[in-house]
Amino acid sequence: MLQFLEYSMIGVASGGIYVLAALGFVIIYKSTNVFNFAIGEMMMIGAYLFYAATGQLHLGWPIGILAALGGSMALAAGIERGLLQPLIGQPTIVLVMVTFGVGSILRGLAGMIWGPDIIQMPDFLPRKPIFIGDVLIPGKLAWGFIAVGTLSLAFILYYRLSRTGIAIRATSADQMTAESVGINVRRVSSLSWAITGLLTGAAGIVVGSLNGLTPTLGLVALNVLAVVMLAGMTSVGGVVVAGLFIGWFETLIGAYLGGAWQSFMPYLVVLVMMTVKPNGLFGEQRVERI
Amino acid sequence: MADSIDIAAGKTTQLVPGRQWAYWQVAGWIALIIALVALPATASGYVLFMATLVAINVIATVGLNITVGYAGLLSIGHSAFIGVGAYASALMAIHLGTPLLLNVMVGSAAAFLVGLVFGAPSLRIKGVFLAIATLAAQYSLYFVFQQWTPVTGGDRGLSVPQVDILGMGDKGFYLLVVAVAVVLCIASRNLFRTRIGRAFIAVRERDYAAQVLGIDVVRTKLLAFGLGAAYAGVAGGLMGAFLRIVNPDQFTLLASVFFLAAVVVGGQASLLGSLLGATFMTLMPEMLRATMEVLGPPLGATDVAGFLSPLREVIFGAMIVGFLYFEPRGLAGLVERVRALATRS
Repeated sequence: MLQFLEYSMIGVASGGIYVLAALGFVIIYKSTNVFNFAIGEMMMIGAYLFYAATGQLHLGWPIGILAALGGSMALAAGIERGLLQPLIGQPTIVLVMVTFGVGSILRGLAGMIWGPDIIQMPDFLPRKPIFIGDVLIPGKLAWGFIAVGTLSLAFILYYRLSRTGIAIRATSADQMTAESVGINVRRVSSLSWAITGLLTGAAGIVVGSLNGLTPTLGLVALNVLAVVMLAGMTSVGGVVVAGLFIGWFETLIGAYLGGAWQSFMPYLVVLVMMTVKPNGLFGEQRVERI
Repeated sequence: MADSIDIAAGKTTQLVPGRQWAYWQVAGWIALIIALVALPATASGYVLFMATLVAINVIATVGLNITVGYAGLLSIGHSAFIGVGAYASALMAIHLGTPLLLNVMVGSAAAFLVGLVFGAPSLRIKGVFLAIATLAAQYSLYFVFQQWTPVTGGDRGLSVPQVDILGMGDKGFYLLVVAVAVVLCIASRNLFRTRIGRAFIAVRERDYAAQVLGIDVVRTKLLAFGLGAAYAGVAGGLMGAFLRIVNPDQFTLLASVFFLAAVVVGGQASLLGSLLGATFMTLMPEMLRATMEVLGPPLGATDVAGFLSPLREVIFGAMIVGFLYFEPRGLAGLVERVRALATRS
């Protein structure tokens, strides 16, 4: 029982990372309708930027985090400006393939610059484990979860309450109407990519400091896609629930049934979900026109 | 999408000034087939190996182009269907010792059925949702390949007995693969002159509108999915017999993206595109390696191999992005441009 609780806590904590990255995914999907397969690579670049600032340039971790987050925001906005805005209105498959291509380029560049070997990130999260009663949680994971949770919460508040957040939501509800009430739709689109850059960059730094840093760090994002599908692509609140659930479920499966099941289970859940309720748990019914 | 219909409708609707081009085109295809048949007489073992690999990849790409290019259903699980064909066919060869062509047909049928199962979500979902369903197929099937050890041999995979065709060894196998590829290419070309094939295109353009025209959208989508998987199954069966090993690592997500890239780079909804795309994508790593081996040492790059695989990924991504950006019709679109230049004068 104790062990079960321990695995559960670890699972929920790692689910927090999924939540953060999945929020980044959802905001892009809502405001620009782009299905972003490069989300994992954006996480990876964020983590490498942090490593470059702290481990290679020795700037200390507060500056390192700022530099890494700023860098990944700029990168995301650059991708949107340079590649996706010119392709607005193209069929879905084109946009999806572009994000695949961008992901491949980023992964390759990271491999060329930093090499294929695993790199240990400079420690900045405290290692000391945290006890809740008798349940032990590794320190890095707990602090990572706290950081990630705070950021997610801040983002959700921003998205719900701030003027910009409302503009993003208005755009996702109806682009035409949003434009006619004076919202700059292009700016909203760039902005949501930049926010995604921030969120994924932060998620990447946490993942990197937990598992070490390789160009294939982005592969965890495949579970993020499962989270998003389970939540139904468009629901911010749903992503939080689904992310924590997938993290918890996956860790338990991995602990009790072995690692091979771990990568496959989230997708089995999604597959069942899709045959039962194709819009996901909290997805909205989108109206299609002829 | 108007121009892509034009490509899909194919060479039947040639404009009058293009009449001469049509003759050239036929001559070109005949020359290609003669060259393919004559190749084993002159080529080295390495060239023959690559040529066989290209032909197998062409079959898989033509299949994916049916699903993605013509029917507009994004599939990210193509390599898993190739795997189904490969395993089914290899198991037949190992346990029953049946002839290769029969094995390949059974592999293809198995992939068709599995494709239908995973295509079933497409009844209710579309677009990127379907893409995720195929991603789920990719993971589920990979899991089965890896974990069902008594049947699939787990991580180590299966080793497939050697096939000798007409006592000609590698050359015989090459000719067989080329023959299969040619037949399947012609079949896919003709498919889009039939009611079923046209229905694929109609569904891609606007599924509700297609329904109004009396097309059974659900059946059409499923069929498009299954057909793509069936082609993948053929490619898988041949690949297993060719490499003489079948293991899970051949059927990863990266392999699926490879075939998607071949479709995009070659040209969606175009037979010529599938041919060019598969050929180009298969040979690109080899060309890159050769270039780096020549250029690397003078530029002071000592660790050529370590540098090569990330560089390949960069070029791979840049090709996809570049073609979507500058020539969405892919290599086939470039050929079209040449044609336009040639027929204008």
